[in-house]
Amino acid sequence: MTLLIEQLLNGLQFGAMLFMLAAGLTLIFGIMGVVNLTHGSFYMVGAYCAAFALGHTGSFAAAVVAALLGAGVYGLLIEITVIRRLYQRDHLYQVLATFGLILFSNEAVSLVFGRRPPLVDTPAVLQGALTLAPGLDYPIIRLAFIAIGAMVAIGLWWLVNRTRVGMLVRAGADDREMVSALGVDIRRLYTLIFGLGALLCGLAGVMAAPLLAVEIGMGERVLITTFVVIVIGGVGSVRGALVGALLVGMVDSLGRAFLPQLLERLLTPDIATPLAAGLASASIYLLMAMVLIVRPLGLFSARG
Amino acid sequence: MSNIVKLAALTFAASAVMATVPAVAAAPVKIGFITTLSTPAGYIGEDLRDGFELAVKQGNGALGGVPVDLIIEDDGLKPANAKQIADRLVQSGVKLFTGVNFSNVLAAVVPGVIKAGDFYVSANPGPSVFAGAKCDPNYFVASYQNDAFHTAGGVAANELGFKRMVVLAPDYQAGRDAIAGFKRTYKGQVLAEIYTKLDQSDFSVEIARIRSLAPDAIYQFHPGGAGINFAKQYAAAGLGKTIPMLMPGFSMDARMLAATGGAAEGFYTTGIWSVAMDNPASKKFVQDFKAAYNRIPTDYAMQAYDTANWIASGLKAVNGDLSKADAFRSAMRKADFKSLRGKFSLNTNQHPIQDLYLMQIVKGADGQLEPKVVRKVVVDDRDAYASECKMPK
Repeated sequence: MTLLIEQLLNGLQFGAMLFMLAAGLTLIFGIMGVVNLTHGSFYMVGAYCAAFALGHTGSFAAAVVAALLGAGVYGLLIEITVIRRLYQRDHLYQVLATFGLILFSNEAVSLVFGRRPPLVDTPAVLQGALTLAPGLDYPIIRLAFIAIGAMVAIGLWWLVNRTRVGMLVRAGADDREMVSALGVDIRRLYTLIFGLGALLCGLAGVMAAPLLAVEIGMGERVLITTFVVIVIGGVGSVRGALVGALLVGMVDSLGRAFLPQLLERLLTPDIATPLAAGLASASIYLLMAMVLIVRPLGLFSARG
Repeated sequence: MSNIVKLAALTFAASAVMATVPAVAAAPVKIGFITTLSTPAGYIGEDLRDGFELAVKQGNGALGGVPVDLIIEDDGLKPANAKQIADRLVQSGVKLFTGVNFSNVLAAVVPGVIKAGDFYVSANPGPSVFAGAKCDPNYFVASYQNDAFHTAGGVAANELGFKRMVVLAPDYQAGRDAIAGFKRTYKGQVLAEIYTKLDQSDFSVEIARIRSLAPDAIYQFHPGGAGINFAKQYAAAGLGKTIPMLMPGFSMDARMLAATGGAAEGFYTTGIWSVAMDNPASKKFVQDFKAAYNRIPTDYAMQAYDTANWIASGLKAVNGDLSKADAFRSAMRKADFKSLRGKFSLNTNQHPIQDLYLMQIVKGADGQLEPKVVRKVVVDDRDAYASECKMPK
């Protein structure tokens, strides 16, 4: 039982991380119509800035600020210099340009910070584990991850549903041309959203840095999963991103946790082990396929 | 008169200088060094390159007194790229190759090189294919056969008294080979074989399962970033102190150790060498490497340095003339060089026969974590494939 709860928490934590990445991506894709493959690079830049700041000041607060600033500013820079020229273009151009930017970002980061993966220690307050129930100790840093994810979700809900910017975001997701025809400076809105998306990536980057290796190419690894999340959730919907992230986090974690044991009961080990590993790897894509059969536009598509 | 004396003295001095320079004033021997310098794994290529270059630098641009010209190429971790580069270099007359750092890249490069009658000396991977039926007189391995660390891991686990273990590796060929190699020598009970996803970066799920299985210890193989992630998260979950971790040395090399921080303290590794190894040549190498590059050398750097010195012994025997292929080959087969590992000899399949050590990651004299040799676990390790190799003369 405690194992099940622990694995559920693991799924929740993975979901929280995916949500921070997916929220920005879904807005950029849904509202601006841009397929942004560079999104994972913002996450990497955030993590590297955090590692750099932590290495030089020793303060985790400074690391958080550096990650948010670094990723946010890098995002704005990319939007202004490259993405802005691609709004009117076909998705293929966007894919090519942003793919090029991945390569550029990776090389730029290795030039600036070097290839050696930097060390990011867990800050003292987040070290150790909390006893949630008898026999269930859970690392505090992972609990913090879940809490921050929840805070981001609430913050975004407030931003999208209770503010003027949010109103424009929702309107933009529905009908871009109309919003622009009503005299709204859509270009500024786009820049803002892009910056916000990058900022959230930076946040995910600094949170992940003590748990994961800060290394070149760490962004591409989560990028595909993030796209799966927004496709499941429905493009352009923050609510969809949240539900999608939690679904993907749970299915992936629980699949890896329980599929092997389940199959070992049904089949011989030499068939069950590779089959379980394969199925666990494919589980989120199976989930995506099933969701798309039932709801071709995703669960909460903004354009439904 | 005094002028004549001066002139005579000068001529004498000049001839003395010329006498010490080897007679080969010919063009330097070209060595194709194809490795991975870009991508996250680029640090491995860097260490291979820097280790090799250190040996060349110490010889003042020469190996075994023969001037060499290192042609360094980045393969981007793509076998097809590496094959193209190798073909181009073979056509341009390069006769000696080394540097590749991944088995799959090596498998693309080696056949073309040896088919052209040229030589390849592996500084890192030793895949089973080229150790067994497909062994070749022009293919040498300076590092290890891929299974060596894992079979030594099994022996070490027996000696450490681990009766019930969980083994983990990524779900791909090298991961499966790792677990198969470990199980070949491990005598205890394997509670679970866990295969992780190749691109996985979070191991919370697997770690929770390990905790619930409560084994005596775990054996895990995760190279590069995944290895750093695993070690950090294992320690964060509080298992680092309760369930010992055993792994092959390349799952926790010096760079990974630096990125893992204190999390790796107390973990066990197996390997052929350690920075803390107590032999004068090795100590000098670590010192020189630190002085030249301002970082701690990894096993990769050591292997490349050994490769360079081995090649030096071959080049010296033929005075840099690689067209004397038979003479170069028999010189290489003697393996007449001073390995930093201390002992090094060649098996019939031209892979090393060497000792393997159990190490534990502990704080060194300077307070930095480093793998310290606990004891020798395998003496004169030979790989299981040599018997399948029918080496032509």
